[in-house]
Amino acid sequence: MTAMCDVAFLLLTFFILTAKPKIDDPSHATVPPSTAMVPVADANMITISVGKAFGKDAAFFSVTEQDVRKAILEEMGTKYGVSFTSAEQQRFSVTPIFGVPMSRLKSFLDTEPAQLKDFPQTGIPADTTNNNELYDWIHMSRQAEVGLHQKLLNVSIKADRAEEYPMVNEIIAILGKQGLFKFDLITSLKTASNN
Amino acid sequence: MAELDTSGGGKHKGGKIRSKKASTRVDLTAMVDLAFLLITFFMYTTTLQKPKAMNLAMPDNTDKRVSLPIAATRSMTILLGSHHKLEWYMGEAGKTAPTVDNFGAKNIRKAILDNKQKVADTHSGDEKLMEVVLKPSDKSTYQDLVAILDEMKITDIHIYAIVKISQLELDDLKKNGLQ
Repeated sequence: MTAMCDVAFLLLTFFILTAKPKIDDPSHATVPPSTAMVPVADANMITISVGKAFGKDAAFFSVTEQDVRKAILEEMGTKYGVSFTSAEQQRFSVTPIFGVPMSRLKSFLDTEPAQLKDFPQTGIPADTTNNNELYDWIHMSRQAEVGLHQKLLNVSIKADRAEEYPMVNEIIAILGKQGLFKFDLITSLKTASNN
Repeated sequence: MAELDTSGGGKHKGGKIRSKKASTRVDLTAMVDLAFLLITFFMYTTTLQKPKAMNLAMPDNTDKRVSLPIAATRSMTILLGSHHKLEWYMGEAGKTAPTVDNFGAKNIRKAILDNKQKVADTHSGDEKLMEVVLKPSDKSTYQDLVAILDEMKITDIHIYAIVKISQLELDDLKKNGLQ
């Protein structure tokens, strides 16, 4: 019993120290395999997840820095004429990933955390027309990061393997519009079995 | 570990009768149960295998000064079609009939390596390196794009770019049922 107890606590300590909570990704993107070996960075990162939501292509936005989140919510609120309460701002700063248009962001932030799973996240509008909220989210995050930490944010795209090229191309074009030509594609490590 | 000698310190001949000491053994079952419960919890909530990042650099289209023409003799064009299939041809579009191929080590990778060798044999100096133009069609998937970018890394192609597909090439994909 003593030995078992020792082992159990050793493992427990290991898991606690290496733990990084799994973020529930509403895009449900299964990333394609590749031989790339560089792990994705944990900080200073914007991730645009692309997947299917309600039968349509949808983009989800995520930025790692909490103070950046707070800053961009204010900026976006000013631009799109939505005012947020301090409770909503607090909620937004602890929301790791979201995919709702500005018009529904307020009700998204007012939803109880327990019911958030049922909230229909239809994706951030990312068409090539003027109503391009995704462009603004990325642009403002990068500005906020420079303002707050004097650092540059890295951008990565996490798309589902079955996603068709036009949607991926649109995201690349949005990044290109703001002068971002270098970014990461998130993949899983290719194993011998799926070669 | 959690035990102490509680035998009472040897035999006493005719000594005082000591009261029996209570055992200091602790029942660890509950603690071990709890430890394993927590281990299970942490195992389920953590991600052990971190996702990997594949770096991609797109051509800077704001800079109009640098636009090198692609040399037809040493360029390979890969068209990504539907159903995880692709077509490739060397040189200019329409001049050589594209070859329909599959992904994987025995198919496209072999073709890339063969062409790379051919270009290296027929050219000299700076022109020894083959250029690859990747043209994904609207029906190709993100998985195919990642796979072909990965092939660029595996086959050690340094000059490659993702370019918009032309109508001529789309027609050819259609003809082969890949659109």
